Amino acid sequence: MASAATADVTKQSAAPGWGQRFFSLARTLLRRPSHALGTLISLLFLVIAIIGPLLAPYGANEQIVADARDGPSAAHWFGVDTLGRDVYSRVLLGTRDIFTLAGIGTLLAVLIGTSLGLLSGYRGGWFDELLMRFFDSVLALPALLLALLLLGTLGPSRQSVLFVIVIVYIPIVARVVRSVVLSVKTRSYIEAARVQGESSARILFREILPAVLPALAVEAALRFSYAIFLASSLGFLGVGVQPPSPEWGLMVNEARDAVSQTPWALYFPAAAISLLVISVNLLADGLKHVFQMDGER
Amino acid sequence: MASPLLQLQQLAVSYKVGRRTLDALRDVDLSIDAGQTYGLVGESGSGKSTLALAAMRYLPANGFIRSGSIMFGDKDLAKLSPEEMRARWGRQIGFVPQNPATALNPSVRVGDQIREALRLYSRDESDVMEILKQMRIADPARVARQYPHQLSGGMQQRMLISMALSGNPHLLVLDEPTTALDVTTEAAILDLLRGAQQMLNTAMLYVTHNLGVVATLTDRVAVLYAGELAEDAPTKELFRQPLHPYTRGLLDSVPRLGQRKDVNRLRGIVGQIPALGETIDACVFAPRCPLAIEICWQKRPTLDAPTPDRTVRCHRWPEIMAGDISPSRAVEKSSQVTKQAANQVLQVDGLQVAYKMPGGTLQAVRGVDVQATSGRTLGVVGESGSGKSSLARAVIGLVEPSEGKIDLLGIQLPKRLTRRNRVVLSHLQMVFQNPEEALNPHLTVGESLSRPLITLRGVKPADAKAQVGELLAAVRLPADYADRLPSQLSGGEKQRVAIARAFASQPELLLADEPVSALDVSVQAAILNLLADLQIEHQTSMLFIAHDIAVVGYLADEIAVMYLGQIMQTSPAETIFDAPYHPYTEALLSSVPPPDPFVKQERIRLEGELPSAVNPPNGCPFHTRCPRFLGDICVEQKPPWRETEDGKRIFCHIPLEDLLRDQTDVLQFEGAKKS
Amino acid sequence: MTAYILRRLAFLGLTMLLTSLLIFVITQLLPGDVCRVILGREVGENALEACRLDLGLDQPAPVRYFTWLGDFLTGNWGNSYSTDAEIRPLVMERLGNSLMLAGFTMLVGVPIAIGLGVIAALNEGKAIDNGISLGALAVVGLPEFVTGILLIEILAFRLGLPANSSIRETATFAEAFPSLILPALTATFVLLAYVARLTRAGVIEELKQAYVRTAELKGLPRRTVIWRHVLRNAMLPTITVVAISFGWLISGLVVIENVFNYPGLGRLMVFAISRRDLPLLQAISLITVLGFALANLVADLLYAALNPRIRIGS
Repeated sequence: MASAATADVTKQSAAPGWGQRFFSLARTLLRRPSHALGTLISLLFLVIAIIGPLLAPYGANEQIVADARDGPSAAHWFGVDTLGRDVYSRVLLGTRDIFTLAGIGTLLAVLIGTSLGLLSGYRGGWFDELLMRFFDSVLALPALLLALLLLGTLGPSRQSVLFVIVIVYIPIVARVVRSVVLSVKTRSYIEAARVQGESSARILFREILPAVLPALAVEAALRFSYAIFLASSLGFLGVGVQPPSPEWGLMVNEARDAVSQTPWALYFPAAAISLLVISVNLLADGLKHVFQMDGER
Repeated sequence: MASPLLQLQQLAVSYKVGRRTLDALRDVDLSIDAGQTYGLVGESGSGKSTLALAAMRYLPANGFIRSGSIMFGDKDLAKLSPEEMRARWGRQIGFVPQNPATALNPSVRVGDQIREALRLYSRDESDVMEILKQMRIADPARVARQYPHQLSGGMQQRMLISMALSGNPHLLVLDEPTTALDVTTEAAILDLLRGAQQMLNTAMLYVTHNLGVVATLTDRVAVLYAGELAEDAPTKELFRQPLHPYTRGLLDSVPRLGQRKDVNRLRGIVGQIPALGETIDACVFAPRCPLAIEICWQKRPTLDAPTPDRTVRCHRWPEIMAGDISPSRAVEKSSQVTKQAANQVLQVDGLQVAYKMPGGTLQAVRGVDVQATSGRTLGVVGESGSGKSSLARAVIGLVEPSEGKIDLLGIQLPKRLTRRNRVVLSHLQMVFQNPEEALNPHLTVGESLSRPLITLRGVKPADAKAQVGELLAAVRLPADYADRLPSQLSGGEKQRVAIARAFASQPELLLADEPVSALDVSVQAAILNLLADLQIEHQTSMLFIAHDIAVVGYLADEIAVMYLGQIMQTSPAETIFDAPYHPYTEALLSSVPPPDPFVKQERIRLEGELPSAVNPPNGCPFHTRCPRFLGDICVEQKPPWRETEDGKRIFCHIPLEDLLRDQTDVLQFEGAKKS
Repeated sequence: MTAYILRRLAFLGLTMLLTSLLIFVITQLLPGDVCRVILGREVGENALEACRLDLGLDQPAPVRYFTWLGDFLTGNWGNSYSTDAEIRPLVMERLGNSLMLAGFTMLVGVPIAIGLGVIAALNEGKAIDNGISLGALAVVGLPEFVTGILLIEILAFRLGLPANSSIRETATFAEAFPSLILPALTATFVLLAYVARLTRAGVIEELKQAYVRTAELKGLPRRTVIWRHVLRNAMLPTITVVAISFGWLISGLVVIENVFNYPGLGRLMVFAISRRDLPLLQAISLITVLGFALANLVADLLYAALNPRIRIGS
C-alpha cells in the first residue's frame, strides 16, 4: 500500500459543531417565504404567550361595563364583548392558555409516545404486537370522538383537556417513531453496534434516537397544531375549558349568540386560532423540507 | 463508411441545483454507426447515465443541454420540440433501463404493456407472442398475462427489451441493463441482445461500469471520466493498448478470473473522482494520474486522434503509445509475514437458517459445513438466494440458526448474540456491504472507532483517542479523520473506517459480507488489497462473501460455491478455474463476462428460474436446472461429496472421471497470459 | 384474495372487540356514582341501591362488559339515562341525518379534492400548485367552527340559506336539501384540503417512478402516460386516503353539526356528554366506530381488488 496518499483530503477537515448545524438548518427553514412566515408568526405567538400579561391593558375578566359592546377603537383595539370585557386583552391572555394546554399536552404525548415507539420498534415481539393492537383500537376512534368520550367521563375541565390531548396523540407519535426505528434498526451501523456488544440502552438512545429526531420534530409541530385545533374545538363545543377562561374556542362560542351585536368578539379569537394553527402547520411543512422529508406522506 | 447514425458534437450538459449550475458533461464527441454496438464505461459520477439520457434528449427537469448538438440522422435532437422527440422515442430510439423491477408499470399485465407499444407503432397486437418467443420465453401466453411482480428480474428485463425492440428502433440505448441481475441471468440477457442485434441490425449504446460486459459484447468503447471523454477506441484495441492512464487504471483495477492477491496484485487508482460541479481548468484526471507532469496541471488536453479510428484526451499519449512510459501504477508489495502454522478458527457443522414468512418457511441455509483457519480466507461465492449472507449472519449472531453448531477456537458458540460474552464478541467482527449505512451518520469517525475499543477491549475512554489514530493509520487514513462525520467521507473511505472498526477488537475471525460490491472498481481494488494486508498482519481468519467469482478468486485461499442454501463445491482458490467442476460452478464461470476480449469462454447457460427457497427441490438442489442432469438419481438422492487429488470437493452424482472427460477449462487464455 | 379478505375481516373483528372494550373501560372510569348522577343529590340510599341493581352495577366489570356487548349486538341498546327514551331509534334517526350529510360531502368533496390534488401534482412547483397547496394548507388550519361561522356570515344571509339546519323528522331529501348546503359546504372545505394534499403527494411520488420514464420513452403521448400509467397507480393510495379522511370527517361533523344545530349524531353526542348519559354515549361511540371501521374495510378491499400485487401474490 502506498501510504496515506490513497485517501485524498479535499473536503473540510472537521465535523461542523452544533451551532453551525443549527444555523444552517435555520437558514434552510427561512428560505421559502411561506415557511419563514409560518416560523416567524409561530415565534411571535410564543413571545405573546410569555409576555402577554405585560401587554394586556385589562384583566381577562375585568368588566368595563361602560364600554360594553363597543367596537374596535384606540382604547379597545379588538372591541369589547357584551359583558364589557376587552377582547384584545382576552386574546393576548388566551395565548398563554392555549400554549400551555397544547404545548404541555404535545410535550407529554411526544415524550411518552417516543419512549413507547422506541421500545416497541426495537424490541419487537409480543410487546410490540400487543402495543400496536392496542393503538389500532385507540386509532379506530376518530380523534375528536375519543376526546369527547374521555371528556364525557372525566367531566369538562382544563386538566381533562390536557389529559385528552396526551391520550389522543400518544399512539400517533409512537407509530411514527416506531416506523423510523424499524427502518433504522436493520442498518449496518446498528448491527455493527450489536456485534460490538453495545447495550440496548446505548443503541436506542445514542445510535437510533438521533435518526428519529427529524421525523419527531416534524411530528411534534404537527401535533402541536392539531392540539390547538382540538383544544379550541372542545372549548367551542362547551366541553373543554370552562368559562370564564379566555380560551379562544370558548370565546368564539360565547360570542356566537351576540354575533350581530359584537362580531369582533367572535372574529378576533377565531382569527387568532386560525393564524396560529396555519403558522404552525407552515412551520411543520418547513421542517419537513429542512429534513428532506418532502416526499413522504 | 456511411454517415453515422448518432453523432454527439461538443455536447455539454448541466444540472441546476439550487442556485448552482453543475456541469455533468463537457465537450463530448462521440459517433455511433448503424448496427454498431457501442460501449460506454465509467464509474459513478462519470456522467455516463447523463450521456445515455442526453442521447435521447430525455433529461431530468433540472438538466439541460448547454451547448453542442445531438445529430440523429440529419436532425439535431437538441433542437427538436418535445412532440418531435416523442415521435422518435420508441420508433427510432429504444431504451432499456437499469432496474427492471421498478421500470414496469406494476398494475398492468406485461403483455398489455407490450401491446400498448405495438399499437402505438401501428403493429399488429398479436405480434406479442412472436416477440416473446424471440426472447426465448418458454410459455409466452402465460407470461403475457402476468403482472410484473410475478416475474423474476431476468424475465422483467426481457419484457423491457421486447418493448424497446417492438418499434424496430435504429438505436437502442441501454443503461446498465444487467447490473441488477445475477451473472447467470446476465449471460442469458447478453446472449439475447447479441441475437437481436444480429437479426434487427439495431445499433446499441450500452452504458455500464462492467468492463467484462464491454469486452464481450461491444465493437467500440468510450471511456468517460468526470464528464469528459477520456478515450474512445475499437474494443480490442482499447483492451490491447489503452492510451489513457485512466483506462489503464480501470483495467488494472478489475481482477481477472484467476488473478491472485499474492501473485499479481490489483493496482487500483489513487484518490477519487471529482465531485460534480468542481471546475477544473486542467486535465481532470491529473490528481489521480501516475504520469501527471506539470503541463497536466496547467492545461486541458485536447481530444486527439492517434489513429483514424481512435481518440484520446491526454497530454502524454504519444509517449504511452510508443511504449516509452507505462501508465500502470507501480505494484505495491503485499505485506509478507512469514506464514505461521495455521490453526483452525471456525468450524461450522450442519448449519441451517430459516425465516418464517407468510407463505411458509424460507430455508435460506440448508445444512452447511465450513471451516476457516487463521491467516487464511474462505471465500463464499453465490448468486442472490444462495444463502451466503445468511451463513455469515448466523455465524456472527445476527440471525439465529435453526440447526447446527458453530465452534470458535474449539468452543461452541451460543446461537443468540445476547448470550455471547465480550471475549466471543471481540473475536468475531464483521464488515458490511453498504458503506453508506456502515457508519452512524450522527457519530464522528473517532467516536465510532473508539466504541469497540471501550466496550470490547476495556480501553479507558481517555486512552481511546490515541488508539483511534493508530486504527486510522492502519487503514491508510490520516489521523484528523477522527473529527469528521461520515457525510464528509467518500464511499471508499467509509468502508476503510468500517474495516478499522472491525479490526479494533483484534478479532480472530472477520466476516466480510460483499464489502466491495457497492464500490467503484478503482476503489474496490484498494479495499481488497487493504483487507489482504491487514489479514496477513494480524493473522486473522476471514470469511469473505461475494457474488463476484473473480473477486473471491483474487482474495480467497479457499472457495466455497453456494447454491440454494447448500455448498456445491469447495476448492483451493488456485484451482477453482480448472476442470473438473461442479456443473453449477461450470455454468457460473462460463457466465461471468471476462474483462478481456481475447479470452475464449465456454458457453453454458442455465435454463429456467431459481427454485423457491420456501419449497426447495429434493435430491440435488441444482437438478432442476443442471445442464448435466443425469436422471432420477439427481431428483431422488442427495449427491455424494467427491474429492479430487488437488483438494477439490464436489457435491455431485456424476463421477469425477466423467466430469473430467466431459469438461474442459471454461476459460481458454490466449498464449501464456494466465498467471 | 379470499385469504386476504378473511384476514381483513378477522382483523376488523379484533379491532372492534378491542375498541368496544376501550369504550367500555373509558365510560366506566367515570368518577362518582352513576346513579347519583341520574337521580340527583336529594335521593335516599334505598333508591340508589335499587338503581344500581337495576343497572346491574353490582355485577363484576367483565360480566357487565359482555352483557353490554351482547345487548348491543342483539339490538337491545337500552334507554337513555337523561330522557328515558329508547336509544336505538333515536341513534338510528340521527345516524341517518349524519350519513346524509357525510355522503353528500364525500360525493361532492372527494372528486373535486382528487382533481385539485392531481392538478397541483402535475404542475409541481408552478404557480397553480403553489396556490392549491397553500390554499389547502390554510384551509386545513381553519377549525370547522371558524369556517362554518364564516360561511354563515358570508352566504347564509345573502343567499337566504338556513343557517340553522334543524330538519323535521319526516323531511325528504329534497326538503332537507337547503339545510344541508351550508354544513356540507363547510365539511367539504375541510375534506377538500385534506384529501387534495395527500393526493398531490401521492401523484408526485408516482411521477418519480421508473415506469413513468419507460412509458415516456416508448413514445406514448403525455396524456396517455398520465392517465393510463401515473393516475392508475396513484389512485391506489388515494383510496386509503379517502378512507382515512372519513375518520377526519366524522370529527369535523361533530363540530359542524353543533355550529349549524344540525340534528345528527355529533350533536347528540355533545348532548349525551353534557348530561353524562352513559348508555347513549356508548351507543353513539360504538356505532360511529363501526362506521369508520367499515369504511376502512371497504377501502382495504377495494385497494386489494385494484392492486395486482395483493390480488395475486407472487
